[in-house]
Amino acid sequence: MNDELTLDINGEQRVATVRMADTLLDVLREKLDLTGAKRGCENGDCGSCTVLADGLPVKSCMMLAVDAIGKKLTTIEGLHDDPMQHAFIEKWAFQCGYCTSGFILNARALVNQYPDATDEIMEEWLSSNICRCTSYQEIREAVKSVLKEQRFNVGRPRSRNKR
Amino acid sequence: MLPFNFEYYRPSSINEAVELFEKLDQDGKKPIYLSGGTEITTLGRLNQIFTKAVIDVKGIPECNALDFKQNSVVVGAAHTLTQVWESKILPLLGEACVKIGDRTSRNQITLGGNLASQIIYREAVLPLLLSNSTFVVAGIDGIHQISVHKIFKEKLLLKRGEFLVQIKVNGKYRNKPFFIEKKRKSERVDYPLITIETLKIDRSIRLAISGLCAFPFRSYEMEKELNKTGISLEERIDKAVLRIPAPVISDIRGTSEYRIFVLRNTLLDALIDLEGVR
Repeated sequence: MNDELTLDINGEQRVATVRMADTLLDVLREKLDLTGAKRGCENGDCGSCTVLADGLPVKSCMMLAVDAIGKKLTTIEGLHDDPMQHAFIEKWAFQCGYCTSGFILNARALVNQYPDATDEIMEEWLSSNICRCTSYQEIREAVKSVLKEQRFNVGRPRSRNKR
Repeated sequence: MLPFNFEYYRPSSINEAVELFEKLDQDGKKPIYLSGGTEITTLGRLNQIFTKAVIDVKGIPECNALDFKQNSVVVGAAHTLTQVWESKILPLLGEACVKIGDRTSRNQITLGGNLASQIIYREAVLPLLLSNSTFVVAGIDGIHQISVHKIFKEKLLLKRGEFLVQIKVNGKYRNKPFFIEKKRKSERVDYPLITIETLKIDRSIRLAISGLCAFPFRSYEMEKELNKTGISLEERIDKAVLRIPAPVISDIRGTSEYRIFVLRNTLLDALIDLEGVR
């Protein structure tokens, strides 16, 4: 028995025919061709399938697709030219890249929610994801650089063109 | 991908939920209640859970209560562990919740889901045992309130068709001193080697533990020994350890001997913290 459901993904209304038992990860990858969320442990441990639901990171392997109705979902395909993406490249915060979309989305939510995040808060959040290439130090540096840039921009008076 | 499919229902009232359960049960669909859904997706994949119908209780207003009035804290079972912690409504519960799983998982795992979990640790129950909480349970016979000590014995003892709606805790526990420590084998995120939570009421210590035995518990016998002042802290702990109520787990996270070693040290930390000695 399949049902049609509509999900709000990256600002678009996407319709998919799904089984009620399908996870959000199943639907993103198999029905909507959004393959940025990666299938890893499928047990909620690795975080490679992380997406944002109403701005909070969730593991899409542990969420039923039907449970995502009404939430604003963001996948890695929904980030464009995001400072966190640039920071991951500039700091070499990945090797194989399999975990990267999950890390970037988690880190994006972190800096949105905690612009003044301490190292302790950052460690707590990043502990939700696993990088088998062990790029942890570079990932921390990437996140810190975005936090620092964000604080700098907030503290700086807006420049006005004086003509 | 789950190897089976099911019907999904999201009732908006308690009555609707219990009536749905009755009907689906009579139709042979082996219904289950869910709120966070993390266990059905992970254990279902391993064929450790099977159902033909799920009833999602998140849409029921009572399951989303979060209130402190008339000196009573009420927390709906559908709140995520992150929400319970961020609310700061009951610090001894919030601090237990924030030690479960990882930050992202806590955005999905609910209080009710942890308490009713098939996984043995169920650490959210520790503060509820210490604070003599009340569980609000709904079933076909209506809604009733029951002491945690009657409904949680090793695990949550719900009758078929019942679900947990809320927990209630006396407001006096909001400001009592407590100590909580979760010891893991090595990682920042893992199931516990042991988690202990202690609460100081007047001059006596209450103790609840998860991960030591095959179920979480509060031990009055251990508390009795820990509260015998007049002897050294180490002697009190030695006597308490003799009162552990069931066999100590020995597994890949730690042998029983190691768990007891960690327990002794953690109890020492707890007593020093709560009694302000040394």
